[in-house]
Amino acid sequence: MSKAGIILKGIIKDNPTFVLVLGMCPTLGTTTSAINGMGMGLATMFVLVLSNIFISLLARYIPDKVRIPCYIVIIAAFVTILQLLMQAYVPSLYEVLGLYIPLIVVNCIVLGRAEAFANKNTAMDSACDGIGIGLGFTLALTVIGLVREMLGSGSAFGVKFISGDGMLAFVLAPGAFFVLAYLMVIFRQLTKNVK
Amino acid sequence: MAMESSFKNMVLSLTLVCLVCSVLLGLVYGVTKAPIEAAAVAKTNAAISAVVPQFDNVPSEDVFTVALSEDEVLTVYPATKGGEPVGYAVESFTAKGFSGTVKVMVGFDTEGAICGTSVLSHSETPGLGAKMTEPSFYGQFVGKNPSSFRLEVKKDGGDIDAITAATISSRAFADALRRAYDAYLKINAQNTECDE
Repeated sequence: MSKAGIILKGIIKDNPTFVLVLGMCPTLGTTTSAINGMGMGLATMFVLVLSNIFISLLARYIPDKVRIPCYIVIIAAFVTILQLLMQAYVPSLYEVLGLYIPLIVVNCIVLGRAEAFANKNTAMDSACDGIGIGLGFTLALTVIGLVREMLGSGSAFGVKFISGDGMLAFVLAPGAFFVLAYLMVIFRQLTKNVK
Repeated sequence: MAMESSFKNMVLSLTLVCLVCSVLLGLVYGVTKAPIEAAAVAKTNAAISAVVPQFDNVPSEDVFTVALSEDEVLTVYPATKGGEPVGYAVESFTAKGFSGTVKVMVGFDTEGAICGTSVLSHSETPGLGAKMTEPSFYGQFVGKNPSSFRLEVKKDGGDIDAITAATISSRAFADALRRAYDAYLKINAQNTECDE
C-alpha cells in the first residue's frame, strides 16, 4: 500500500476513536475543550510515531516471548521524554493535560499499533501508520472537544461566542459520552461508502 | 523473523532495551531540569506579583514557613520595597474542595487587608466550582480586611457571595483564606514581639 494510503487508512477506515474505539480514557477525559483535545491528540501522535519507528526497527532483534515488556519500556521512555519536554517548554498545556500524559503509556492505541502494524512492517510504513492513526486520533479528539466546548461553555477554541454559560452537562463526564456516541454515528454514516 | 526465545536472548534483549531507554531518559532529564525549575519559579513569582502591592525584592529568595499546627505548614513570601515590608503572599490550601485540595496564593498588605488571591491549583468542576479562578468571584475579596469581613459564605452568616450552585467550593475557598489569614496574624504577632 502507498504511504499516503496508509496515512489515510489511519484517519478514516481505521480511525482509532470512531472505528476501532480504542483509547477511550483520554478521549472522554481530556476533551472538555477543543484545545485540550487537540493537545492530547498531538501528544499521543508524537509518542505513536516514535514508538512505531523504533519498534519496527527493533522487532527483528526482540525474542517473541519478551516483546510486550520491551515495547512497553520503549513506549514508556518516549512518554516520559514527552512529559519532561512539555513540563519544561509548554507548562501551561502540561498543567491541563498533566494527569493524562503518563496514561499515554497504557493507551491501547500505542501498544495496539506496535503489535498490529509496526512489528511486521518497515520503519517508513510504520512512521506513516503512526502519523495516520495519530492524525485520526487528533481530529476525533479536536472535534469532540469542539462540540463539547460549544455546547457546554459557548466558546470555540477558547473564543466565547455567547455570553453566560452553555449547557454545563456537556463539559462534565456525561456530555463526553453523548457527544462521542452521536459523532460516532455521524462519522460511520459519512464514511460508509469509503473503501 | 524474530530471534529465538532462548533464556539468554530474552535476558540480553530486555536488558539492552532498558539500558538504552534509561540512558536516554537520563539525558533528557538533564537537559530539561533547569527549564522545568525555571517554569515553576516563574509561575510562583507571577502568582506573588498578582496578589501583593508593588515590591522590589525577590520574594522567592526570602521565603519562610509558618506552622499553624503540625500538618498545616504554610509557605510565606514576604514582599518589601526599599527594605520596608509592603505585604505578604501566603501560599494557603484547603482540603475541603469539592474534588480534592485547592491551593491558593493569598496576598495581604501590612494592615492585614487582602490585596488579591490567585488559585494555584484545583480540580473543581468546570463551569461550577472552577469559577473561583474568575475575577467575578475572587474580585470581592480585594481590599477586604478579614478582621471586619467575615470569611464565611452568606448562607453560613458570613460576607462572601458564594458561586451559584457551588457552595462547597466557595466554602473551601473561604477556608483557604482563613488559613492564610491565621498565618498572617501569626507573622504579625511575631513581628510585634521583635519590635518591643
